[in-house]
Amino acid sequence: MTGTTRGTRLGDRLLHAWTWLVIVWLSSPIAVMILFGFNDKKSKSNTAWQGFTLRWYGELFDISDLTTALTNSLVVAVVSTVVTVVIGTMLGLALGRHRFRGKGATTFLVFAAISTPELVMGASLLSLFVSGNVPRGTVTIVVAHVLFSLSFVVVTVRARVVGLDPSLEEAARDLGATAWGTFRQVTLPSILPGVMAGAMLSFALSIDDYVVTSFVNGSTVTFPLWIVGAVKTGIPPQVNVMGTLIFGIGVLIAVGNAIAARRRT
Amino acid sequence: MRRLTPYLLALPGWMWLAIFLVVPMAAMASVSLQTGNAIDGYAMTFAVSNYTDALGRYSTQLVRSLLYGGLATVAMLLIGYPVAYWIAFKGGRRKSVYLFLLLLPFFVSFVLRTISWNFLLADNGILLGTLKGWGVLPADFHVLATTVAVVGGLAYNFLPFMILPIYVSLERVDPRVVEAAQDLYATRAAAFRQVVLPLSLPGVFAGVLMTFVPATADPINAAILGGTANTMIGNIIQTAYLTNLDYPTASALSFTLMAVLLVGIFLYARLLGTENVLEAAAR
Repeated sequence: MTGTTRGTRLGDRLLHAWTWLVIVWLSSPIAVMILFGFNDKKSKSNTAWQGFTLRWYGELFDISDLTTALTNSLVVAVVSTVVTVVIGTMLGLALGRHRFRGKGATTFLVFAAISTPELVMGASLLSLFVSGNVPRGTVTIVVAHVLFSLSFVVVTVRARVVGLDPSLEEAARDLGATAWGTFRQVTLPSILPGVMAGAMLSFALSIDDYVVTSFVNGSTVTFPLWIVGAVKTGIPPQVNVMGTLIFGIGVLIAVGNAIAARRRT
Repeated sequence: MRRLTPYLLALPGWMWLAIFLVVPMAAMASVSLQTGNAIDGYAMTFAVSNYTDALGRYSTQLVRSLLYGGLATVAMLLIGYPVAYWIAFKGGRRKSVYLFLLLLPFFVSFVLRTISWNFLLADNGILLGTLKGWGVLPADFHVLATTVAVVGGLAYNFLPFMILPIYVSLERVDPRVVEAAQDLYATRAAAFRQVVLPLSLPGVFAGVLMTFVPATADPINAAILGGTANTMIGNIIQTAYLTNLDYPTASALSFTLMAVLLVGIFLYARLLGTENVLEAAAR
């Protein structure tokens, strides 16, 4: 039996090492992004290390087009997240709690929206806007972002609603609470983690999106679109700095959330 | 009023999906059958030839996309399965830490991640430049603008979507079942092949779907890492729509891509036996 045990241990060690190797592979571009935000580059291209500087952090907003693009991205992300969360939570409640005509068809639509490739979604939206002579810009970007985030909010909220004990709401109503009062004081607090998870997901999906946005943006430029446009002429270090800051804030929020969740239990 | 509640709740979301998902598909179907040009506009002529023309012109890129998407998916499965396995069975109390580390790339924009690979793999960049300086690699060695760069980029960008579903299905496997198999004198390999692997198939099935579809349709990796010789169907559709304003060709190609993916998914589900997969998933 010792032979097997030794073999087992070696296998486990190899798998452990493999896991770390994959983690390093996945993280290496992040390390490069952070590092080159500190690169004291003199030439036009930012691919060779030329020394440490904090200059780009000081000149973060010196490229006005880039700053506008980042602002556009943030505005689109906030507005589309708010819209998505409101209508997605409503649909999630309807699907998780109620029976109604067309429920099956609606569920199908929700999953069709998740499984449609981004490229096809963008292309079909552009077909609609072109056919209907709809001018493209910030509004059409928000419309598109709500569309691809909606299903994720519906799914996370519905999962939470299904796990909710309906007798709590009945009790509230029996005690004289109005429908709205019941929702605000009983239903909403218990589905809130699902709503928050859906909100964070839609924000992340929105701020990251390139493919769908590239079809419906008109002349409005978002952060990912600006970056792709700048590839040929060279990515300025400010992009790395912005990426680093977004990464840092995202990680902080995620870690903070995890710690808060652990404390609650 | 109470009977109306579910309809009122569902209405805005339902309308959004109907107006911006279903109607656009119909619009795209209609555009794909029109003829004309960008200046004078397009008119409906039920031109089925748009499809045959587009396929004739771009079959190379379509086949290449399926090939690259397929290669990347196989690579992700081979790379990701052992990781999911180790975390599910040996991760112990640190499981969530490992999962968090695997998800770190999602905190960086997709486009920026891909550009970082462009940095890393640049002909005289930090990786290849250094190795060339040491004389390990010949001076004309390059990775960018090759198939390896594009497939590698696709595998990199979608890997977490392969690992997570496999991890979820493996996590549900009761370790006592594996112990029982070993108590009954199954070797470690046999216990894996006959017990663990079949139980993880629903996760593999979901992982393959979640990675193959977006990888095949992705235009970013080919654009940033691929150069001109590795153009994929996503780039063709983007250019046809946005640069050439050739809406009929672009729509026909989008529909063809979606049809090919749907048929692929259907065949794949039949091949793997959806019923078995669903049954295993339900357990």
